[in-house]
Amino acid sequence: MAAQLARVRWGTVFAAAQKGPRVSCRRWAGASADNVYDVVVSGGGLVGAAMACALGHDIHFCDKKILLLEAGPKKVLEKLPETYSNRVSSISPGSATLLSSFGAWDHICNMRCRAFRRMQVWDACSEALIMFDKDNLDDMGYIVENDVIMHALTKQLEAVSDQVTVLYKSKAVSYTWPYPFSMADSSPWVHITLGDGRTLQTKLLIGADGHNSGVRQAAGIRNVSWNYDQSAVVATLHLSEATENNVAWQRFLPSGPIALLPLSDTLSSLVWSTSHEHAAELVSMEEEEFVDAINSAFWSDVNHTDFIDSAGSMLQSAVAFLKPTRVSARQLPPSVARVDAKSRVLFPLGLGHAAEYVRPRLALIGDAAHRVHPLAGQGVNMGFGDISSLLHHLSTAAFNGKDLGSMSHLTSYETDRQRHNTALLAATDLLKRLYSTRATLVVLLRTWGLQATNAVSPLKEQIMAFASK
Amino acid sequence: MWGGSKLSSSGSRFLGALRSGFQSTQVDSSRLTTSAVYPKNQLSWILQIKPWVFNENRIMWFKSYSITFACLNWMKSYRLPWTRPYSTSRTTVDKNEMKTFLALAHRWWDEQGVYAPLHSMNDLRVPFIRDNLLRTVATHQPGKPLSGMKILDVGCGGGLLTEPLGRLGASVIGIDPVDENIKTAQHHKSFDPVLDKRIEYRTCSLEEIVKDTVETFDAVVASEVVEHVIDLETFIQCCFQVLKPDGSLFITTINKTQLSYALGIVFSEQIAGIVPKGTHTWEKFVSPEKLESILESNGLSVQTVVGMLYNPFSGYWHWSENTSLNYAAHALKSSLQEQPAPAEFALKGEAEELQAEASTNSGVQEDLKK
Repeated sequence: MAAQLARVRWGTVFAAAQKGPRVSCRRWAGASADNVYDVVVSGGGLVGAAMACALGHDIHFCDKKILLLEAGPKKVLEKLPETYSNRVSSISPGSATLLSSFGAWDHICNMRCRAFRRMQVWDACSEALIMFDKDNLDDMGYIVENDVIMHALTKQLEAVSDQVTVLYKSKAVSYTWPYPFSMADSSPWVHITLGDGRTLQTKLLIGADGHNSGVRQAAGIRNVSWNYDQSAVVATLHLSEATENNVAWQRFLPSGPIALLPLSDTLSSLVWSTSHEHAAELVSMEEEEFVDAINSAFWSDVNHTDFIDSAGSMLQSAVAFLKPTRVSARQLPPSVARVDAKSRVLFPLGLGHAAEYVRPRLALIGDAAHRVHPLAGQGVNMGFGDISSLLHHLSTAAFNGKDLGSMSHLTSYETDRQRHNTALLAATDLLKRLYSTRATLVVLLRTWGLQATNAVSPLKEQIMAFASK
Repeated sequence: MWGGSKLSSSGSRFLGALRSGFQSTQVDSSRLTTSAVYPKNQLSWILQIKPWVFNENRIMWFKSYSITFACLNWMKSYRLPWTRPYSTSRTTVDKNEMKTFLALAHRWWDEQGVYAPLHSMNDLRVPFIRDNLLRTVATHQPGKPLSGMKILDVGCGGGLLTEPLGRLGASVIGIDPVDENIKTAQHHKSFDPVLDKRIEYRTCSLEEIVKDTVETFDAVVASEVVEHVIDLETFIQCCFQVLKPDGSLFITTINKTQLSYALGIVFSEQIAGIVPKGTHTWEKFVSPEKLESILESNGLSVQTVVGMLYNPFSGYWHWSENTSLNYAAHALKSSLQEQPAPAEFALKGEAEELQAEASTNSGVQEDLKK
C-alpha cells in the first residue's frame, strides 16, 4: 500500500518534472561542492526560520550544509520598541519546548512575552462556558509578539552560521525535481533557480513559504482549501485598569469568535473574526466607537433567549447536583478603555490542507501544508509541531547515514503530522460552523455540549493536552 | 579455539571421527603427527596432534593447539575456468550469480524497486555497524561519528550500504566483482561532493585487494554477501587479513534452514517477488553455527549474532532473537595479547600461518612441525 502510494507520487513528480522547464542536467553533472546543500528551507517566516534553526542546532547535523531562503530583508530589533506589535502568536508549551531546545526561548523571555494560566471560552447565545485551567499553576501558553520570536530566531541562526547560510532578499523562481530513480546522467537532487539567476542543488527541500506556497504549487501537490466568510481584525488594546491579566478570553458571537489575549498588566491583544463587511467597518470606525463595539461584544446578552437560558440552567443545576464541588466559576473579562492608534489591521481567513506533505526530496511544513482558523490559536503551533516531528525524523535519518530526501522517513513525518493536523483542522472548522448559527436547536445542543464538557475534567484535560502539544 | 564454547556441530562430529580413528590405532610414541582426510567435506585437513594423557581406558585427550585448515587443494580443483587479465589463482566469486546481478545493476537505487528490502535493511545494519564501531572508540565527532575509520564494503553492489557509512564520516572502499554495479555506484555517488571524496569503488573481488590492503581496515562489512560466496573459509581468511588488529567484521546473511528455503526462496523469489528470481541458492546459505565456527577458527572472535526479520507487508526489518531466517553477526579480530595464556600459542601459530599463506600465496599448506 505504502509502496504503491510512493509509486504514484513518483509518477506525479515525473509528470511535474516534464511539465516544468526541461533543463539539461548535464549542466549540473559536475556538481561543485559550494552549491550542493543538504537541506534548503524555502521561506524564512517564523516556521521556516525555526526549522533552519532547529536543524542547525541538531547534533547530527553538525556536518551538514543548510540554507534558508527568505524573500524579505533581515529583521533585527536593535531595541525593543515600547509599543507592542499587533501581530502576536499564542505559543503552546510544546512550541516553547521546541524553541528552548535551540536556545531561542531564552531570548524571548528576556525580551517580552506573557504567560496565561487560564482560558475561558463562552457562548454569546447562552450562559454556557468552558474554563480551561491547570491546577498545578503551569502555564497554559504564552502570548508573544511575532517580531520578538523572529528576533530570537535570527539571533540563534547567527549562532550557527557555520551550518546554516541565510540568503535574505532571495526568492526561488523555479524548482526542478529529480527524475524517479538514477536515470543515466540525471542529477538526483532538487535544483532551485533564484531570482538573480543563481542555481542551487539540495538533497531535501523544505517548503515553509506560507499558505500560498510556491513550493507546493511547483510540486503539483493538491491543496484542499476554502475561504471563510470571515476576516480577522487585530488590534492592541488598553484595559480600563491594571489586572493580573493572565487569562485568555474568547467568546463565540454568531458573527464569529472574539478573543482577548494578555500582553501585559494593562494591555491585551484582540483577534476578532467576523464578516468581511463588519471587519472593514471595525477597522475604519472611530477609535471610541471601536472600543464600545469590543466591550459590548464581550458583555452584551442581546443574543440570549429565555428558552436557551432556562435549558442551560437546568443542565447546570443537574451537574451541580451530581457534582457538588463547584466547577470553575465564570469570570468576567476586563473592560477595554482604548485602542492603540494604527494598530487595527484586518486579514481574510481561510482553511487549507495539502493532500500530501511530502514528495521525494520535499517536505512541506507550517501554513504551506495547512492553514487554520485562528479561533483555537493553533496556527503557528501546528507549524512548530511539524518542525519537532520533521526534526526528529531527519535527525534519526542523519545519524543512520540515510539520504535525507528519502521517502522512507519523510512518509513517517507525514503520517505523524497528518494524524494530528487533520484532527485539529476538522475540530476548528466544526467549532467555527457550530458557533456561526443562531438556530435554536443547534444553540441548545452546543450549550449542553459545552456545559457537559466543562463538567467532565478528564475530557477537558484531554483537550488541553492535545492543544498544548 | 576448537575447544571453545562455540564449537560447531560439524566440528565436533569431525573430532569424534578422529577420536575413533585413533582408538583403533596402535600408538606408542608420545608425540604423533598425522594427517587425516575428511572426504565428506572434500577438505584436506593437516593436523598436528599431541596426545596429552592416556588413561587406562585408552581415552585420548587432545590438545589441539595447532589444528589448521588448508582447503587450497580443494580450491584448486574447484577453481573457475573463467579468468580475467588480473585474476589471481583463487576466487570466491560465483560467475553464474554475476550474470543475475548484471541484469539488475541499474535498479539499485529504486527505493521501492527490487532492492527495496536492502534499502530498508539499512535501518538495522547501519546502526548495528555504527554502534558496534563507536563502542571501540572513546569519543567521536558529532555529525560524522565514524570519521577517521576505514571500512571495506565487500560486495557493495550499487553502494546501498557504502553511502550511509560514508555519510557517517568513514572513508569507505566498496568492492564488487560486477563492473555494472560499480559503475552504478560510482555514478550515484558522483553527485554528492562529500561522498565523492570519502568513497572509493573498485571492480574486484576480495582476494584481489588483500595483498595491497593487509591490516588496513577498521571494519570489513560483508552484508548479504557470504551466501553468494563459493568458498566461505577463504573469504573469511581474506577478511581477517585486511582487518587491523581489533578490527571488526560485520556479516549479514541468511540461515540455512527449511524455513529460509520456504520463505527466502519459494516465497520471496517465486511467489511474492520481493527478491529477484535466481538471487539466492539455498545450498550456499550459511548457518550461524557454521559461520561462527569458521570465524572462531580463523582468529575472529564472535561478539554478537542476532536475528533479523523482514515484514513484507510493512517493508521494514526488525531485530529478533530468532536467527532462523536472516541474521547479523559481529566479530572482532582477536588481539593476541588479550588471549588467555594456554590458547596463545595456538592462536599465534595459526595467525602466523595465515599470514605466511597470504604472503606466499602458496597453494598447499604444509604440515606445521615446529
